[in-house]
Amino acid sequence: MTVSPSAFIKGAGSLLAGLGVTIRAFFQPVVTSQYPRQLLNISPRFRSHTKLVADRDNPDKNACTACQICVKACPSGSIVSVDGEKREGEKRKTGTSYILDFTTCSQCGICVEVCPYDALDFSADFNLVGYKREDFHFDLVREFGKRKKTS
Amino acid sequence: MEQIVSMIGWKTAKTIAGLVGVLIFVVFNALILTWAERKVAGHMQRRIGPKEVGPYGLIQPIADALKLLGKEILTPRAVDRPLYFLAPILIFVPVLVSFIVIPFDASLQVKDINVGILVILAFSSLSVLSILMAGWGSNNKYALIGAIRSVAQNIAYEIPLLLALLPVIMMTNSFSLKAIVEAQKGLWFVFYQPLAFCIYFIASVAETNRTPFDLPEAESELVAGYHTEYSGMRFALFFLAEYTNIFIVSAIAVTFFLGGYQGPFLPGIIWFLLKSYLLVFVIMWLRWTFPRVRFDQLLNISWKALIPLAFINLLLTGGLLKL
Repeated sequence: MTVSPSAFIKGAGSLLAGLGVTIRAFFQPVVTSQYPRQLLNISPRFRSHTKLVADRDNPDKNACTACQICVKACPSGSIVSVDGEKREGEKRKTGTSYILDFTTCSQCGICVEVCPYDALDFSADFNLVGYKREDFHFDLVREFGKRKKTS
Repeated sequence: MEQIVSMIGWKTAKTIAGLVGVLIFVVFNALILTWAERKVAGHMQRRIGPKEVGPYGLIQPIADALKLLGKEILTPRAVDRPLYFLAPILIFVPVLVSFIVIPFDASLQVKDINVGILVILAFSSLSVLSILMAGWGSNNKYALIGAIRSVAQNIAYEIPLLLALLPVIMMTNSFSLKAIVEAQKGLWFVFYQPLAFCIYFIASVAETNRTPFDLPEAESELVAGYHTEYSGMRFALFFLAEYTNIFIVSAIAVTFFLGGYQGPFLPGIIWFLLKSYLLVFVIMWLRWTFPRVRFDQLLNISWKALIPLAFINLLLTGGLLKL
């Protein structure tokens, strides 16, 4: 191992440069987000499972009319069943249950596009874990009700 | 209390009290250093590091220790039992002995032996033996390769380590650590012996098997090196010894080159700990900056660079002192 003085100085300089990089990083602010304590802002175009949107005229009620178009349009058959009832004094039906099997849904968005009443939209809910498949059979009407209550 | 003292004599009582103090310090030091290492690693990678257990994650090392205590101590069937059992205990003995002679403050030293540094160096070479025992006794090829590397490395680096300390001993005419500290009242020896300090520091990083010289426990090639087969508290003892060794080499560097416990305004022990932990931080800083060296590079650095330089430095010091 014969090292010329210039190579030695160059090598020592590179070691110091490396130390400089780490010490600078040491005093710089951290770049990680503290996930369970701190949530990042989800982009508005993020696609999670679908959710029901409130009716434009009556925000307490969901805009679904149980017309079944989304059920027919879904390429994966993920929308298991959509039911609705005709209430007194209302022109159209109101959705009473909207069962989505999220295990087969690929978030293609056809149901969102095809809905004539714009009753569907993507939610930003990414915290999805469960112990069994049934945990991912969502009733969007119930979920809509819960959302109304908390807001 | 007085009865006990009169029974065993004042000197023995003082030594026992010192040993208890040392044991407490060793455990406390290891807890702090594991936490500090993870914090330093975190921030150098622009993460936070441990933060969940206690404020700033300060309780994290205690949680880790409890986990290790609660773990089953596994003994693989094919191990060489006496060696396998003795190794983690034996690695811990030199660590404790070294603390006896380190002067934390002018009056805070368990025992001022007039061959203090020789005690430390003699006992610290015992840790090589226990690493070899652990590697051989584990009957595991990774452990054995790690142990063999460790022996080659420690033997190679013990020589420059000693040679770098010798000029200071020549300047003070004493092996006693306290006398060496007292001799630095005016100017620290790092200003007289910058080269010796650099050689000592590099060699001590290699002696403690830290990155960039961590070939004995290179986790990416050897699983964990010599302690592959150890679990639970036995593993914790190796871990404790490693972190205590880091403190000891830093403490010796402070004693020999950085004026030991001397410094203005603050009490001596504060200065001593401050300087020591600053060096510990530098060792951690090195770990999280540099990649591991190759084995031939490792030995070349010692035999072809550090040892000749240390000899030249020793000769020059001797010559200048004679003039």
